[in-house]
Amino acid sequence: MTVQLSGLGPAPLALDALVAAVSDEQHARGRDGAVVTFLGLVRNHNQGRRVHYLEYEAYAPLAIKAFDRIREEVAERWPSAIVAVHHRVGRLDIGDASVAIATASPHRADAFAACRYVIERVKQIAPIWKREYFEGGDVWIEGATADPDDAKARAEAERVACA
Amino acid sequence: MRVTVRLFARLRDIAGSAELARDVPSGATVKTVWRDLAGEFPGLAEYERSISTALNEDYARMDAEVQEGDEVAFLPPVSGG
Repeated sequence: MTVQLSGLGPAPLALDALVAAVSDEQHARGRDGAVVTFLGLVRNHNQGRRVHYLEYEAYAPLAIKAFDRIREEVAERWPSAIVAVHHRVGRLDIGDASVAIATASPHRADAFAACRYVIERVKQIAPIWKREYFEGGDVWIEGATADPDDAKARAEAERVACA
Repeated sequence: MRVTVRLFARLRDIAGSAELARDVPSGATVKTVWRDLAGEFPGLAEYERSISTALNEDYARMDAEVQEGDEVAFLPPVSGG
């Protein structure tokens, strides 16, 4: 089964599928020595609140385009790196994975940096929102104003990735 | 001309709808659509400085012109991950 490198949907995330996706490319090239993975999980607490569960929603076609764009940005900055990034939507319970990322590259430094860069950029520009259901209420979480062309935000993601 | 408006997260809650059809004059921009909507749903106005906008499933600026049948989306600050 072919796994898309950019993915979004309600199904539980399978990190092994993402690893396989970047590894397929890796084997084809035969030159990669590292695969780095990241899983974002639903925490049971946030800002002093006891969280019961989250609901994620996305503007799906634009989210996929944002993931594609992030993968292209990685290709510009770390030309040898391959990225797979999937985000889940719908109700997610505590401990569920909301986002999964796998990066492959010839050397570990680029794979680690690219992986960190991807999660920073997902948080900056992917049109995805989480609604937090906590003890006593619920609230939409609002983070960054998404602007893919904001060079400062992109530079900040790169700075964090290479720190 | 008629455009489709898509609203997400808290903007959707404020307007009480995820998708609306609205008529705008020829030459209207994304901003025209937003201002009309904010007039209709005053709770939206506070988001004017923090929203992102998209036109036909691509990020766009407020001054982008809209055409008949376009899909205009208003996105509150994002919180994926």
